[in-house]
Amino acid sequence: MNFVRRHMTWFTTPALIFVFLVAWDLYCRWSGIHPFIVPRPGDVVMQYGKLLQLKSLWNHTYITVYETLVGFFFACIIGIGGGALLGKIQWLEETLRPFVIATQVIPKIALVSLFILWFGFGSEPKILVSTILAFFPILTNTLLGVKSVDLGHKDVMKSLNASRWQTFSLLELRSALPAIIAGLEVGIVLAYIGAIVGEFAGGTQGLGYLTLEYQNQLNAPGLFGILIQLTLIGFVLYLAIIVIRRALIPWHESVLVERPQPLA
Amino acid sequence: MNVDQPAVAVADEIELVGIEKRFQTADGVVHAVATTNINVRQREFVVLLGPSGCGKTTILRMIAGLLQPSAGEVRVARRNLWNGGQRDKVALQELGIVFQEANLFPWFSIEDNVALPLKLRGVGRRERLEKARALCDLVAIKGFEKRWPRELSGGMRQRAAIARALSYDPEILLMDEPFGALDAMTRDTMNLEIQRIWMSQKSTVVFVTHSIGEAVFLADRIILLSPRPGRISSVTEVSFPRPRQMAIQTMPEFQAIVRTLREQLEAMG
Repeated sequence: MNFVRRHMTWFTTPALIFVFLVAWDLYCRWSGIHPFIVPRPGDVVMQYGKLLQLKSLWNHTYITVYETLVGFFFACIIGIGGGALLGKIQWLEETLRPFVIATQVIPKIALVSLFILWFGFGSEPKILVSTILAFFPILTNTLLGVKSVDLGHKDVMKSLNASRWQTFSLLELRSALPAIIAGLEVGIVLAYIGAIVGEFAGGTQGLGYLTLEYQNQLNAPGLFGILIQLTLIGFVLYLAIIVIRRALIPWHESVLVERPQPLA
Repeated sequence: MNVDQPAVAVADEIELVGIEKRFQTADGVVHAVATTNINVRQREFVVLLGPSGCGKTTILRMIAGLLQPSAGEVRVARRNLWNGGQRDKVALQELGIVFQEANLFPWFSIEDNVALPLKLRGVGRRERLEKARALCDLVAIKGFEKRWPRELSGGMRQRAAIARALSYDPEILLMDEPFGALDAMTRDTMNLEIQRIWMSQKSTVVFVTHSIGEAVFLADRIILLSPRPGRISSVTEVSFPRPRQMAIQTMPEFQAIVRTLREQLEAMG
């Protein structure tokens, strides 16, 4: 029983995908919809297979992943560094809060044009959009995490006469890690979206650009193919964060697979 | 030296000289502890007993160096605890504290929690873990060294917290209602355990509780505190031989002390 429950998703996920594909195929056959608008799943898979053989697809994929990761990297530095700093210094947080929020309420898509004007059609504006989109959840989560350190834990460190650095590295940072990682999970997805949105706006490289080109060519099966590629890459990026979570906070409720057994 | 002679008077382990505590709150100044003198002898087991709001935890936190008294002197292990707003490092090393909550760090295994004070002192990992293993044995949680705190029951977590407080061999153990969050049966067991540990470690204990039975069972001396502001109401010597068994609770002498203390507590209203 326990075994079945624990490994259930290994069966349910493929089963649900299969049901979805069958429904899609039946719809295409019976509704008589033009394959140009909604191609049949078999055709899409074939198209995706063809796409995979294109050397340029991997080039575009590489560019998008590169922009996402670099953007995410800067977002981590700003988010974790800034969040820890603002969490420790109350007046700084109050002073900077309106500006941080301003970066989020601006429609970021409008910024892209400006960045292209400044930096041209290379990777830089995409990385910038990616960073701006991704740093916010990382920063707010780090801030929250650093601020919500348990008072009893603080008493322990104080009674042991721990230094400020010891208190930060052994208590505050570790206690904030689950919140920081929750921020990273949202952040990586936003960094990815940022890169693709940036590519939509201009340039000649990346999966976002390729999408735009297929749209201009009215290549619906090609668009579906890219959609698959985009989804798979997104999954890989997200999974990377899950792996990091397991490595960094093995003690946390979100990671422990076994239910805690009351011992004695 | 003649063994039969009483020991030469040693300076007291803890001396509270005219300490007082006022808190600044939104509704004005709260007088938490009125001018109080308390002396605790070496190897003595002193219990601070009183209703909530009597300042017993405040007094303990002042001994622990977690709160600075508004007036008066705190001397721990024959040293002034406070010197111009700074806490005396040597005095702090003689204090081990157990809180009401175990306050174990969930990101450390039990042994790393127990060895945390040694890590802060720069003791090497091998030596730390050796000591942690010996302490886990002492507090009877052997075999759980590698577990996460969340995998242990409340009583076992509190045992680990006691081991952590003992890790650097402090002369004094301060305990703030350490078993208040435990069920009655576990609590009885823990009271026997703390007596055993205290006798084996030869340390001095200040123990805060609001349970009369617990106080009489554990204490050499019970200091009863009354509230608003906190002050000493009475001092009771308890001289049952050690080690005490749970059965002493049924003795008429035991119950007489409990009754007297209960009457005093009820008189406070």
